[in-house]
Amino acid sequence: MKNFLALLLTLFLGFLIVATLGNNNFFPAYGDVDVTTRVSQKYIDRNVNGGSEEVIYGQATNLESGPANTITAIVADYRSFDTLGEVTVLFVSSLGVALLLGGAKQKRLELNFKPNFMLKVGSRALFGIILMTGVYIAIHGHLTPGGGFPGGTMIASSVLLLYLADDEFRAKLKGFKMLESAAGSAYVLIGLAGLIFGGYFLVNLLDNGVLGNLLSAGMIPIIYVLIGLKVGSEISGIIDNFLTEEGV
Amino acid sequence: MLQYAAIVLIMLGLYGLLTQRNIIKIIISLNILEIGLNLFIVSVGFVTDGLAPIFTSINNSNHLLFVDPLPQALVLTAIVIGVGTTALGLALAKKIYQKYGTFEIDEMGEE
Amino acid sequence: MTLISIIEIVVSVLLIVLAFLAINSKTLIKSVMFLSSLSMLAVIAFVLMKSPDVAITEAVIGSGLVTSLFVFTLLAVRKADKKI
Repeated sequence: MKNFLALLLTLFLGFLIVATLGNNNFFPAYGDVDVTTRVSQKYIDRNVNGGSEEVIYGQATNLESGPANTITAIVADYRSFDTLGEVTVLFVSSLGVALLLGGAKQKRLELNFKPNFMLKVGSRALFGIILMTGVYIAIHGHLTPGGGFPGGTMIASSVLLLYLADDEFRAKLKGFKMLESAAGSAYVLIGLAGLIFGGYFLVNLLDNGVLGNLLSAGMIPIIYVLIGLKVGSEISGIIDNFLTEEGV
Repeated sequence: MLQYAAIVLIMLGLYGLLTQRNIIKIIISLNILEIGLNLFIVSVGFVTDGLAPIFTSINNSNHLLFVDPLPQALVLTAIVIGVGTTALGLALAKKIYQKYGTFEIDEMGEE
Repeated sequence: MTLISIIEIVVSVLLIVLAFLAINSKTLIKSVMFLSSLSMLAVIAFVLMKSPDVAITEAVIGSGLVTSLFVFTLLAVRKADKKI
């Protein structure tokens, strides 16, 4: 009986979603959107507060928001307060996992199969390549797709590789926890410095250079490097909490 | 076509969330619901024959036809929050197994 | 029917079939593997909708992180079963 009621409820929800999809103002047909009538055109033109330059790659100087990647300009400059909320959600979930699964006197989870010796040695080479790719994606967030969040997760993936390939490896957790707290506090301190010196919380204090250079977009590469370090060390902490158990 | 597949994924995820008995299957249904929701939000901003919203040396002016960038920025945040939720849910499931010895919610018994 | 629309239809059908199999399979490890491949197909769908940022984020998180967390939970449960 309960299954039948659940089926009716989901069919009703599906019918509601499909019925509102038929062409009205909020949901035009798939692909027929006119972007110039939405607020997103102002984000593309870098024109939210009255900036009035033509946006040309390689020539436009000191725009309202500097990155060449429009999504970075939205996530780290126009709506940077939402990114602060996301960093807080990750911090709270990592805190919850550490409270539930942590404890004193832990050792690695003992399993039946032991990895091979060649696997232990050969994975060190791959660790360097994955780490460098993660750092590259985190630093170039304002020019290429990616940014702080996938870059930090790739750094954590390299640590995950070392955990999987070696049976007795444990990362230096004290260093990771201090790095995570330092990077998270630095983000809030940058926001407060923007409030004191610029008038708004998290305003961009440095100069936005030429659109498309590596050293452009003011403080946004610095913010993305901080976010990458914070996410990487957080997720490494979560992986270590999952792979350890009580004991000496 | 991708929009309708996303709606069916939302319905399947919600059905699994309401009727499954195993805690791991409930967390898997929550993940399916979140994948469907992210696909649906990104599909609201798609423009046929549009370009990806990044200025490069080839697409170098703001008068070209770009895809809507605002839903993509919101979905970027939503994916990371989904990871946080899944990690906390799995930690809770591990502690539940240590205390009760089973994953089925019918056999857990009283306090 | 261009090539892109054929790929769209194939990806959509595979998404629905894999989600149905992930909910209704008998063992837990098979459900986790179907979830991982569902995430990979969602990356292809994001690329078809011209959004590279979302595709990179979902690829790294869906394949590297969520699957490994599920497998670590099931591994600890299997070890607790065998010991007792």
